[in-house]
This record gives sequence, structure tokens and C-alpha cells, in this order.
Amino acid sequence: MSGTQPTPGLRAWLMTEAPASRGQARLGELFRSWLRFRRNPLAMAGLITIALLILIAAVGPWLAPHSPTAQNLDLRLLPPGTEGHWLGTDGLGRDILSRLLHGGRITLTIVIMVAVIVAPVGLLIGTVAGYAGGVIDVVLMRLTDIFLAFPRLILALALVAALGPGIENAVIAIALTTWPPYARIARAETLTIRRSDFIAAARLQGASPARIVVRQVIPLCTSSVIVRVTLDMAGIILTAAGLGFLGLGAQPPTPEWGAMVADGRKYLLDHWWVATVPGIAIFVVALGFNLLGDGLRDVLDPRGER
Amino acid sequence: MIAIEDLQVTFQAGARTVRAVRGVSLSVAPGEVFGLVGESGSGKSTVLRALSGLNPDWTGRMVVAGEDLPPGRRRPKAFHKRVQMVFQDPFASLHPRQTVDIALSEPLRIHRMTDDMDGRIERVLTDVGLDRSFRFRYPHQLSGGQRQRVAIARALILEPAILLLDEPTSALDVSVQAEILNLLRRLRAEHDLTMMLVSHNLAVVGHMCGRMAVMKEGRVVEPLSVAQLRAGTVADPYTRQLLRAAEGYDRAVAAETLDGSPGFGGGA
Repeated sequence: MSGTQPTPGLRAWLMTEAPASRGQARLGELFRSWLRFRRNPLAMAGLITIALLILIAAVGPWLAPHSPTAQNLDLRLLPPGTEGHWLGTDGLGRDILSRLLHGGRITLTIVIMVAVIVAPVGLLIGTVAGYAGGVIDVVLMRLTDIFLAFPRLILALALVAALGPGIENAVIAIALTTWPPYARIARAETLTIRRSDFIAAARLQGASPARIVVRQVIPLCTSSVIVRVTLDMAGIILTAAGLGFLGLGAQPPTPEWGAMVADGRKYLLDHWWVATVPGIAIFVVALGFNLLGDGLRDVLDPRGER
Repeated sequence: MIAIEDLQVTFQAGARTVRAVRGVSLSVAPGEVFGLVGESGSGKSTVLRALSGLNPDWTGRMVVAGEDLPPGRRRPKAFHKRVQMVFQDPFASLHPRQTVDIALSEPLRIHRMTDDMDGRIERVLTDVGLDRSFRFRYPHQLSGGQRQRVAIARALILEPAILLLDEPTSALDVSVQAEILNLLRRLRAEHDLTMMLVSHNLAVVGHMCGRMAVMKEGRVVEPLSVAQLRAGTVADPYTRQLLRAAEGYDRAVAAETLDGSPGFGGGA
């Protein structure tokens, strides 16, 4: 797990105590974080898993031996290990390996879309509430509480039922139910730093509240939110799978992993692999994100530094 | 340059009302260094924070550079360009994720002084005695004294006329304290600054200031000149006590020292 070992000159350039430019200072900081991250083997395992998932999402469709939607009823429910269908076939004779490779892209899209929507929204709401205080805080936090009070899957179900099934709507539904914890984290973090001297200094420089939130508060809250996102990725995949399982996410014949598990339910007792193989894929990816999140927390948590 | 009349600051601590400052009046001439001395909780920092605009809940009258300042509202940008502050703890007053470069360019961006930003930053760093290699460092790569220099540079980069100093050396090592004080003296002379220095340390105030006011329990006990301080010709018993305490620990002094009333709970 050595990664790329920089040449001694580059390493010295990155580790210098006196960087010569903005870019060098930033790269040096990144490199130090990377060195800390690399010391954690579990986190590296998570990173490799996620890198593999991204690779599969990128090139999977070309690696797949068969079309993910080609049905062949003569070859239905073949067990894993069969020549030409290494992970077996499902109830309609579709190759499970091919569907898995195609589905990686869909799963990754859902996860990334949700993360891209949720993290900034939660961060903004939380920091604004925490920094502004007073009425704004009360209004924003009660709104957050309302969303938190609903069970996540039920609310997502209601939204998808209203918007109609499909991947985009599943993403919107999951995003709407996932942001409140981020707002809570960001607010708590903001409350601990809003009284600090460097915020007072920024106020004395004449910075507007919006500028203070964006330039001073948000940079300090991002790391915990990023960590929370990676820890939540697993949950997002499972919620997406849950919606798929209930027929409200990706629509057949789209090879989404959750939908594949749902499909295999019918044959679970006699033909275990139809549901188990995509289930294992979900498990591995969720675990990978979890490990990565744990490792990132150790690296990014300011309290862990030095 | 600065005139304060009958300043009153009251904090609401739960059900209790704390009168941190009870009718302080003082005036500071242009180019002067004025000291506020007193023990913790005497209200000296509160006066400074009210003056800087960090503490909007006060009554009385404040005039800075000929401009009447109303209480409560956010101060205009022009005020912040004119009046800057250096905080006590340089470990808390610098953003942990910002390089020196960002800390110094932020005020310039706010005040749209973006012409020759590199030049301004390098000049102000030289001014406070840091060479250019410090420009892209993070606060955790700096020592306490270096951090305080950065904080001073951040205050100076807007070219203010008035510098407020809230115990600028009390969080530093003794050896570094003198360096920072001499730096401040030099900067005052070079930039023609008016300064207001808050400290509990009579030696620091005596080194820096021409005039000072001794505060106790939110009131000015006695206005003093540095000559009076050196000669020890002080009228008020509390000032005398402070003066003797500054000479170092002495069993006799400790025995004589009045038992201060601890009923005063406001912030310093």
C-alpha cells in the first residue's frame, strides 16, 4: 500500500515548513493528510474498494460478457460457476455478472447525486442557523426537526409515490430525507466557533455575516460533514436499494442492485445466488464507504491533528 | 482621537444583571498610547470591546476621530478600516485553516484594497519582522510570538489610525513579551498610530503608555501619568496596592493586601 512514493526532492518540496506559494502550501497540507491517511490500513482498504467501484462504473459495461437485459429463458437460474455465466443467471436468464457491472454505474450515480445535493444544503442551513442565532436559528432548526421526525424510508416512499418512480425521483427523495443530520452537525460545530477570537477579528475587519459564514465558518465545518457523508453513503445505497426493492426506485429492466435483490426474493430459498450476489456487492461497497469515512475522520478531525 | 463619556455596559447573565462598566469617561489624544489597568473583571476589556464594536449593548457617548458612534448598530466599514484590534490569545485569534497569506488578504478583499495585494502583504510582513517565507504557513507552523506578529500584521494591513490592544502579550512567554512590546512601540512611531492598551501588568503599561487609567469594579479609580507611576506618587489606596503587587511577591504586601470583594462576576 505504498501508493506513489514521491522522489526525495518532491517530498522535501511538499513537506517544507516555508512554502513559497499558495499552491505549494495547499499541496503540502494535502500531502501531510495523505501520509496520515496511509497509516490506517482499514481506511486504505476502504479507499481501494471505492476506487474499484469507480473503475467498475467507468469501464464495467465494456467488461460485461453479456448484455444486462438480454433474456434467455433456456438458461434461467443457472448457479454460479456455470461456464459463461460465472455468477449465474436470474429468473429471466440474464447474466448476473453483467447486470452487476452495469448496475455499479447506477448505484454510484445515485450516491454521488445525493451527496452533492445533501452536503451543501445541510452545511449552509446549519452554519447559517448557528451563526445567525435568534429567530433564524429557531425557524431553520424546527424545520430540520420536522424532517428528522419522519422515518427516512417512509418519507422517501411518500415522496416517490407523489413524484412517480424512477432514479431521479429516488435521488430527490433520498436527498430530502438525508440533509437534516448534516444541518445539525454543522450548527453544533458553528456554535462552538462563533464566539472565537478569529470570528471577532473578522467582524472587526468589517466582514459581513454572509462573508464570515462562507469564509470562516464553513471551512471549519466541511471536514466533519465530509466524514459524515462517507459514513452515510452506505445508508444512502441501502435506502436506494430499499426503494428499488419496493419497486419505487430504478424501474425494470434497469440493473440497479437494490432492484436485483428484490427480483431475487422470489427464488431466495431455491436459488440463493440471485439475491445474494447483488446483496454482497451492496455490502462490500457500503463497507468500503464506511471504512473510508472512518479513515477520513481521523485525518480531517482538527482535534486529531498534531 | 477617542473620547468616551459616561460609558455603561450591562450584561444579562441569566436572571442576574452584571454591570461590567459603570460610568467610565476618558479621552485619548492623537498619537498617544493610553493604558487601561486593572485586575481581571475590572471591566477594562469590556471598555475596549464596546469601543471596537464587538459589544453593541452600551450607553453613554463615544466619539472616535470626530465621529459620534451610536450604540447597538453595526459599525460602518470606514470605522473598521480606521480602528483595528489585536487580541490577547494569538492561538485563538488566527483561523486554524487559513495560511498567513489568506489571513492578510481577507481584510484587503473586504475593503476592496486589492490593488498591489502582494506588495501590501509583503510590506506588512516585513513591518512586523517576519520574512516572506512565513507568508504561506499555517498558524500551527508558527510559534506564539510569530502568531501574535501575524495578528498585528492583520490589524495593520488596513492602515488604521487607531490600534486597540487587548492584553497583547499576556499569553506569550516572558522573553517574547518584550519583543512584541518593542515591535508595537516601533510601529506606533512609524505609522503614527493612536493606541489603547488594556493590561493587568503595570510594567507593560508603564513601558508603553504615556497616560493610563486604573480601573476597579467597572469604574476608573484614578487617572495616572507614567511620571506619577514611576515616582509612585499615587493617591488611591487601590492603585498603591496594585503598584506594590507589581514589585513582586512580598509576604508583608500579601498580608496587607485588602481582601477584594469577590461579588463581581463579569467578564474581564
